[in-house]
Amino acid sequence: MDNTNLEIVSPERLLLSRPVQMVVIPAWEGEMGVLPGHAPAIVMLRGGTVRLYEAGQVTDRLYVAGGFAEITPERCTVLANEAIPVSELSRAEAEERLQQAQAAYDAADRLDIAALDAAMARIQSARAMVEAAEAG
Amino acid sequence: MPSLKDLRTRINSVRSTQKITSAMKMVAASKLRRAQAQAEAARPYAERMERMLGALAASVAGSPTAPRMLVGTGKDQAHLLIAVTADRGLAGAFNANVGRYVRNLARRLEGEGKTVRILAVGRKGRDFLRRELAAMITGDISYAGRKRVEFADAEEIGRRITNMLMDGEIDVATIIYNQFRSVISQVVTETQILPPSVPETATQQETGPRAIYEFEPDEETILAQLLPQALAIQIYRALLESAAGEHGARMTAMDNATRNAGDMIKRLTLNYNRARQANITKELIEIISGAEAV
Repeated sequence: MDNTNLEIVSPERLLLSRPVQMVVIPAWEGEMGVLPGHAPAIVMLRGGTVRLYEAGQVTDRLYVAGGFAEITPERCTVLANEAIPVSELSRAEAEERLQQAQAAYDAADRLDIAALDAAMARIQSARAMVEAAEAG
Repeated sequence: MPSLKDLRTRINSVRSTQKITSAMKMVAASKLRRAQAQAEAARPYAERMERMLGALAASVAGSPTAPRMLVGTGKDQAHLLIAVTADRGLAGAFNANVGRYVRNLARRLEGEGKTVRILAVGRKGRDFLRRELAAMITGDISYAGRKRVEFADAEEIGRRITNMLMDGEIDVATIIYNQFRSVISQVVTETQILPPSVPETATQQETGPRAIYEFEPDEETILAQLLPQALAIQIYRALLESAAGEHGARMTAMDNATRNAGDMIKRLTLNYNRARQANITKELIEIISGAEAV
């Protein structure tokens, strides 16, 4: 088996479904390459870029704003809160989002650890979006 | 016997009503297509979410630290009913069906000695329930004037009821909405969304007995993030089904109205022509008898 079936879905629609050689996803504790035959896993995603590899080349890149992935030996399902192809990202929009996230963090209650964590995750996600927009 | 002029006015007024209903039918038909597409597009995410939730739930099952959102408060005392209706009327029995269902359910639960609260989504449902069960309504939400419901709206509702559960205000949350079966058939459906009814893991059949997943980070951290998302997608689906159903119901209602207006125009035209003919005959008789008398 040399391909893993990749699916990327957002609440609004199914974005992509096709077999790929390898996919790199922004897992919670660092980037994670998924090849066919990967051990079953459920991982949480932080904001970042999903990269698709076909015939040794990166063929597609999508920005995801966070979510989850289910991995089995045959397939990899990415449930993204929001997913945008990198080529469609706009730098200005990404930066605006980063500023908003920053403002939300500054406004958050310093004692409410959960809220601070959530705001921090938003900043990281927005920062990844800016980086992806710059690279694309 | 109404005069000729009266009949003419009535025919014209029915005719303009017919124009409106037939235009509303067209609008509903095109909105229905969009709403249906939106509802279908949300399906893959919901299905996969369910699969993941099943795997996670199986893995934390029986653990004393399992999150409250998954197992509930362990009681069945305070119920929250979320009634999803449309913001506009003229859609047949669409809104009244949900209203009646919620009323009966609320009365029954109350009869069993339970506390009932109602969250009304949609203006029509709110108006209906406010007349009869005003004391139970804890809040209402309306999307009037909006082109479409978005996932963020569902997340907002999800957060609201999660907070109620966490604060111990409610034990069980149920959503009641019109499920879209087809253009002519919408079925009132109730689904318990909190605590979620976890599907028997379909994954296990697909990947062989007891697929052991690795979790990154641990199960409970993932669940804490995944449960609100799973809840929101269920609400989102209900909102979309209801939106598609609303347009379907309006389309059918307006189709009937247009047909009824057509029948009425036919009947009135017949009366009008009869009256006109009677007038002509009467005048002729008058002229003839006048001529004979000379």
